Amino acid sequence: MSHDQETGTPRKTPLYDEHVRLGAKLVPFGGFAMPVQYPTGIRAEHEAVRTAAGLFDVSHMGEFRVQGPGALELVSGITTNDPARLSIGQAQYSAMCIEDGGIQDDLVVYRLGEDRFRLVVNAANIAADWAHVVEHAGDVDAELTDESEEIALLALQGPAALEILQPLASEALDPIGFYHYVEGRVDDVPAVISRTGYTGEDGFELYVAASDAGRVWRRLLEAGESTGLIPAGLGARDTLRLEMGYALYGNDIDRKTTPLEAGLGWLVKLDKDPFVGREALRRQKEEGIRRRLRGFRLTERGFPRAGYPVRYAGSEAGPVRSGTVSPTLGYGIGTAYLPADAAPGDELAVVIRDEEVPGTVESMPFYRDGSLRR
Amino acid sequence: MSEVPEGLHYTEEHEYVRAADGDDEFYVGITDYAQSELGDVVFVELPSAGDSFDKMEVFGTIEAVKAVSELFCPVPGEVLEVNDSLDGDPALVNSDPYGEGWMIRLKVSDPSDVQGLLTAEAYRAHLDEG
Repeated sequence: MSHDQETGTPRKTPLYDEHVRLGAKLVPFGGFAMPVQYPTGIRAEHEAVRTAAGLFDVSHMGEFRVQGPGALELVSGITTNDPARLSIGQAQYSAMCIEDGGIQDDLVVYRLGEDRFRLVVNAANIAADWAHVVEHAGDVDAELTDESEEIALLALQGPAALEILQPLASEALDPIGFYHYVEGRVDDVPAVISRTGYTGEDGFELYVAASDAGRVWRRLLEAGESTGLIPAGLGARDTLRLEMGYALYGNDIDRKTTPLEAGLGWLVKLDKDPFVGREALRRQKEEGIRRRLRGFRLTERGFPRAGYPVRYAGSEAGPVRSGTVSPTLGYGIGTAYLPADAAPGDELAVVIRDEEVPGTVESMPFYRDGSLRR
Repeated sequence: MSEVPEGLHYTEEHEYVRAADGDDEFYVGITDYAQSELGDVVFVELPSAGDSFDKMEVFGTIEAVKAVSELFCPVPGEVLEVNDSLDGDPALVNSDPYGEGWMIRLKVSDPSDVQGLLTAEAYRAHLDEG
């Protein structure tokens, strides 16, 4: 999980009562009381998502609406990817940077209309992102609304996701491409049905009104029970995303790392109109990066955890940013910032309780057999 | 609620000591509460037979998906046997912590030390305070 310090009383998502009823273990995450696992346990939840389906509450994520004639200009000015390339019905993974190129947040940008966008940001960053967006909005003619409280987000992930969701959905789901969405209804309540996820499996993320979240959650679990659908918590979400090499804000990326260093250069479109961080990123690209986020695997038994030292080519590198023992692969995997010339196959070691456990640099994703269609 | 069987002895760090053969041999493992808090156990690092440990000395580590935890020797003694089954099936710690999920069989230096540990009742009270 995140190693952020959590302070204050955690907030509740609209599905809090469902988690309690299901016997979830709740932990503070990003300022919310979130289910880390249900009584089934992280491994069973992970396995369900890889083989059938899992249902996640990710309502802690924040949603900002940007609307008005200047909406595109505003979004483009604060994100590194190019929202002008989005058609209505499409979404895009992107990053928000600060002036020095450090990552303020990673996010998903939806184009809901010609002049209407939704930005989906990490829970722990909602307040800071809001301030960042407001600060850089300038006098652009667009209205900004924080909809985080009104919108709940459910992620139905796994090879059986479509089969489970289709009977409850008003729209044909099969034609929806990856990183595309439709606006329709699920169990007869309005929903943005988005073919996106964080697991490497096929699946959908459903944006619904907070007040509708409980019924949709219960209805999905009922509908999927015979197919093997179970509720899944943040623990499984973390092992699933790490098997795919997806970055987690606060672990793999933060304000001290840039998208270029994080292997997210494909999110940086230097040739579009100016955006916050562009000059720093252009300079870094010209000069070349010194370190890069790399995947590694352990070749002997060991459980790499965030913060453990990494030794590479005779010197201290790292530390481990994300780490786990992959439930699917059965060995230790993780990420660390290594010298830019480190390449897959190179040897390294992770120091676990004063002992060097050997491993190798690996290309990501670690897991390549997911049901995700790109 | 966590299971706390009668007749075993416990530590505040959530190890248990269960009588094995003879007056001075005991199985040591972690409690149902501990396994539930740790979640899915991924592997357990155990010492070798013949190793000796003082009271509260670390004799191993348990790696779960969520966290790593050290294992403390509840009473001084010598390891007679380690549970090799945990190598292939660490989930035994989750499914049967007091039975097949035991970790070491310990020959204790002084059997009266075991009597100084928490009773089931005292351990339950400790959990309730938790």
